[in-house]
Amino acid sequence: MGYTEEELKKELETKEYEYGFYTEIDSETFPVGLNEEVVRRISKKKKEPEWMIQWRLKAYEAWKKMEEPEWANVQYSKPDYQAISYYSAPKKKDQYKSLDEVDPELLKTFDKLGISIDEQKKLAGVALDIVMDSVSVATTFKETLAEKGIIFCSISEAIQKHPDLVKKYIGTVIPIQDNYFAALNAAVFSDGSFCYIPKGVRCPMELSTYFRINQAGTGQFERTLVIADKSSYVSYLEGCTAPSRDENQLHAAVVELVALDDAEIKYSTVQNWFPGDKNGKGGVYNFVTKRGICHKNSKISWTQVETGSAVTWKYPSCILKGDNSIGEFYSIALTNNYQQADTGTKMVHLGKNTKSTIISKGISAGKSQNSYRGLVQVHPRAINARNFSQCDSLLMGNQCGAHTFPYIEAKNKTAQIEHEATTSKIGEDQIFYCNQRGIDPEKAIALVVNGFSKEVLNKLPMEFAVEAQKLLEISLEGSVG
Amino acid sequence: MEFKEKLLDSHLAFEERIDLSDAIHQTRLESLKTFEQKGFPSRKDEAWKYTSLNAMVLKDYALFPQTETTIQLKKVKKYFLYEIDTYKVVFIDGVYSPFLSDTTHDGLDVCLMSAALSKAKYRSLIDTYFNKIINKEDSLTALNTAYAQEGAYVYIPKSVVAEKPIEIIHFSTGKEKALWLQPRNLIVVDQNAQVQILERHQSLKEHVVVTNSVTEIYAHQDAFVDYYKIQNDLSTASLIDNTYISQEKKSNVRVHTFSLGGKLTRNNLNFCLNGQHCHSTLKGVTLLEDQQHVDHYTLVDHASPKCESHQDYKGVFSEGSKGVFNGKIHVDQLAQKTNAFQQNNNILLDDKATVNTKPQLEIFADDVKCSHGCTVGQMDEDALFYMRSRGIPKKEAKALMTYAFANNVLESVELPILKKRINKLIAKKLGVNLGFDL
Repeated sequence: MGYTEEELKKELETKEYEYGFYTEIDSETFPVGLNEEVVRRISKKKKEPEWMIQWRLKAYEAWKKMEEPEWANVQYSKPDYQAISYYSAPKKKDQYKSLDEVDPELLKTFDKLGISIDEQKKLAGVALDIVMDSVSVATTFKETLAEKGIIFCSISEAIQKHPDLVKKYIGTVIPIQDNYFAALNAAVFSDGSFCYIPKGVRCPMELSTYFRINQAGTGQFERTLVIADKSSYVSYLEGCTAPSRDENQLHAAVVELVALDDAEIKYSTVQNWFPGDKNGKGGVYNFVTKRGICHKNSKISWTQVETGSAVTWKYPSCILKGDNSIGEFYSIALTNNYQQADTGTKMVHLGKNTKSTIISKGISAGKSQNSYRGLVQVHPRAINARNFSQCDSLLMGNQCGAHTFPYIEAKNKTAQIEHEATTSKIGEDQIFYCNQRGIDPEKAIALVVNGFSKEVLNKLPMEFAVEAQKLLEISLEGSVG
Repeated sequence: MEFKEKLLDSHLAFEERIDLSDAIHQTRLESLKTFEQKGFPSRKDEAWKYTSLNAMVLKDYALFPQTETTIQLKKVKKYFLYEIDTYKVVFIDGVYSPFLSDTTHDGLDVCLMSAALSKAKYRSLIDTYFNKIINKEDSLTALNTAYAQEGAYVYIPKSVVAEKPIEIIHFSTGKEKALWLQPRNLIVVDQNAQVQILERHQSLKEHVVVTNSVTEIYAHQDAFVDYYKIQNDLSTASLIDNTYISQEKKSNVRVHTFSLGGKLTRNNLNFCLNGQHCHSTLKGVTLLEDQQHVDHYTLVDHASPKCESHQDYKGVFSEGSKGVFNGKIHVDQLAQKTNAFQQNNNILLDDKATVNTKPQLEIFADDVKCSHGCTVGQMDEDALFYMRSRGIPKKEAKALMTYAFANNVLESVELPILKKRINKLIAKKLGVNLGFDL
């Protein structure tokens, strides 16, 4: 055979991060360090009202008293929170009215990312909010959405234009003292997306946010708040990239979803932060808190494809508060080289007849560690709660690890909970079968991995599914175990 | 924490009463230091997340029973496997009872830990085996080691098959108001040897007793160990059982745990598979009511390739009972071709009953077959209806379902008389009399 396992491995290792470019854009960056003054300055910069400043300060006070969590199954040198700049924005004078006014360098960046804003506008019909170095730079399709009463803008704009909505919901799903990173985010978040779907409206297009860390020495702290009012529907996409750097950059985002009665939110993420080079140097620390609350008859569905980041710490959760509400979690987490991922979900059943489904697929290659950590909790009043969890792990090579830590807590006799997990490698017979039919090993692996993750890929919106599939292929070419 | 102080202070008095070799003395002191540093585990420890010892350690306990107690055989006969001949090591309130026991030195050693620790001829064995495979970081194990003195000592020499099962039974009589016991067992099964062991803790009166027991089991190449733990104590008795098992090449160790009663039971069961082609079986049936609490904490460490482990725990919880299962399979990078399986099924019969389960896999090798499954649910209404429509009363129908549910575990009990006994125990628990043997 011409193509040996060794060669495949080598190719895999040397495969470079495609999105690792850095764009020269004039940007305004705060000096490093965090104190009350910095929090105030960020708030001032964003021209925020007084209540917001107080809210941030409260979060900062809470954060100061907290300790960085250590329970996750990941090892990293803790970031020095005083060595990070908490604000970096592409310089701009006024709000852009149309794309023509946007810095051409910036537009080039988006071209490189494969997001042609123009094209998206015309063809894909995806409304896009782009957040670069924590500041929202462009929101497309605003007018079309406004006709339906949908608000889709950066969160700093929302704080100014729709303070009532923001005030009512921000921090209700994830309280400021929820955890170390959420508190930090609440204190220093510089931007993010805000979305409100009015009563009975079905959002006609996919809403999308693209995050990018550009500047060196900065942390990205964005905050997303999605509110689906009664009987509405929205599908929301999120993508992320960062340039290749030797240092570890911190990304601590917070995503809050509120699904009111009969509403449905579908939240999809393709996370492709810079994972560090093949020796494990550099890469993004991805410490994200995501949680949604479901009111009566509503549904929240998380879909995530995690291929990037040096260290991932992420548990998109659903609080099934209302009766008959549904929570779903579909995830593919792929780790290679020295990446570490500790990811999973929490399903908290509070209401009657609540249902949750968890499908998690972990793929580990190289020297990476991949953990699933999940919680299914059925409270005493949650009659007829139903959960199904499945987590499968695929190991490639004998230096990686796959771990499963499911927590199941049932306090109601009518609860029905199933959990199953398997760990295996790609079968040699499967590869052999493909080889026999003229499919080379590399393609055969892609085929098997695709089949392995199909249940999750199928849940992604069309545009993202293609991208996700491509991402998986890039990261996995040739890893016969 | 007053009781902790008492444990630390009493140690000197404890050691003064016994005359022992220096090596063990050192081990004791080191362990006491570990316990002093760590103290009792709290719910902040991940391993004790669902089980709290707070209420337990707030009380005061007697550490050394005052006088020797005798009990009449007829009163406790039912706790033995009296139908067949067995070796017996019996303790009453932590003190060896020669009258009830039946030990031997004929071809194999079934005797006392205190004898093994003090007599010169056992010295090399103690040096090789004592306190070698325990988790040195575990505070409760350290506490036990600090007070290690009495318990059962079993040595099965090469190629010897123990003809009779061995029963290790601890009675507590309720003479002391509250008693804290710390038995220490050492079981060494040499190459190609076989043994069946039964362990039981039983209080004879409703009184507070806590047993913090440590058992070390060494299974050498081709050895076979069949171990049964019967936990059907009164609702005032608590048990913390720490069992450490080390397996060599091609050995086979099976541990069955039947948790049918007791106030708080914690089973720490640790397997370490050091040689290739080991077989390990961990099975358990938990049947609880009232405010009882059972916590199974298992760890199977696959440190060598080509081993197989099988875990199957079934739990049925009624009234305010609480069940915890925390199982961990650790597969080392070297341990290729591992086959590990873990299953935990639970039935909740009451709204106040709780189940917390956490089956974990930690896998560092790629050519493995590892899976786990875990469920929480109810009895199948259709099946119950089917039986009732054919004239089987509800209670019996439920009992039948419970038997069927637990059958996987019950059927693998290899001592027929014990199997019968456990079936009877379960029938009694369920309040039924099924006219057949299972």
